[in-house]
Amino acid sequence: MNLLNKLLTALRGAATETGEALVDSQGIRILEQEIRDAKEHLNRARESLTEVIAEQMAVQRKVNGLQTAIAEHEQYANQALAKNNDALALEIAEKIAAFSNELGAQAVVLESLDSNIATLKQSIAATERNIQGMDRELTLVKTTESVHKANEAVAARFSGSRSSLRSATESLERIKAKQQKKVDQMQAALAIQQEENGDRLQEKLQDAGIITKKATASAILDRLKAKRSEA
Amino acid sequence: MNNKITLTQLADSLHKSRFNNGAALTPEIIEEDLQVLQVLIQDREEFPVYVTIDDSQILCVSYLWQEQEIIPEQREALLEALLALNIPMPLSSFSKIGHQYIIFGALSTRSDADAILHEIETLSDNTLDAIELMADYLK
Repeated sequence: MNLLNKLLTALRGAATETGEALVDSQGIRILEQEIRDAKEHLNRARESLTEVIAEQMAVQRKVNGLQTAIAEHEQYANQALAKNNDALALEIAEKIAAFSNELGAQAVVLESLDSNIATLKQSIAATERNIQGMDRELTLVKTTESVHKANEAVAARFSGSRSSLRSATESLERIKAKQQKKVDQMQAALAIQQEENGDRLQEKLQDAGIITKKATASAILDRLKAKRSEA
Repeated sequence: MNNKITLTQLADSLHKSRFNNGAALTPEIIEEDLQVLQVLIQDREEFPVYVTIDDSQILCVSYLWQEQEIIPEQREALLEALLALNIPMPLSSFSKIGHQYIIFGALSTRSDADAILHEIETLSDNTLDAIELMADYLK
């Protein structure tokens, strides 16, 4: 929110006047550098996570191997005891003791590797969130900056295309008047065309002797009478 | 894979396009460096639409009125009306840059020329509608 706050202050203040940058380019460069650093850090963290996981798998294998060896040797010891070969049983027991000690040591290593992995994963997630946040900030700043720069260019042009003396409402009135004029012209053209078409048909009908050339008073009266009786 | 349209491609495409009402468009890149495209609309030359493409969005902007065109005692009512109108006005929103009130629409940078044409046409219609609707608050 901190950055949005700064932007809003800048937008409210004198920075909206033309020619002044909202956020100094130095600030943008610093932010970009921070993002690059964070991404590098993220890559390093991911690499070490891979290494630690590989190590953890190796230790896990060792632990599994030792557990199997202990189980096997316990069986051997039991068999030796069953055959009353105490000397061999003791020798096997010594081996089991060595395996157990090694297992204890490896279990400690495994535990520390597991916690190491958890920490690294947390750190990676946090860095990713941080990068996303910074990327968003940068986009915000760059967009605001580009909109304002474009606006400056447009403002210069705009005063040319719409006279600064003419207000928005006056311009709208002009457009509506133009549209009305177009509609009127189209209707006039249509009317003229219809009239011409009508005249031509009239001529053809007259030529064919279907209608008489001049309207007669009696014909008009007949027509009016017919209309009245209809009504 | 990214097929982001460039301002030049857009200008070429708009040049051949018309609005549904038949109005012709005159696109012109007015700022090569800043990537600003001015689109003049036949019979609506007073309200050009300006298009910019940057990393995050395609922005179509049309200019409404300036601060000094507002009747001072109607200013609050106008601002409230604009805020209320933001949702029902299809595709467009109101904003303000400095003293200039604007209406704009933002599109994804992956939008194609047809989508942008539709945006420009809607924005142009909305511009005229907005001024007509707000005329009571303006000088």
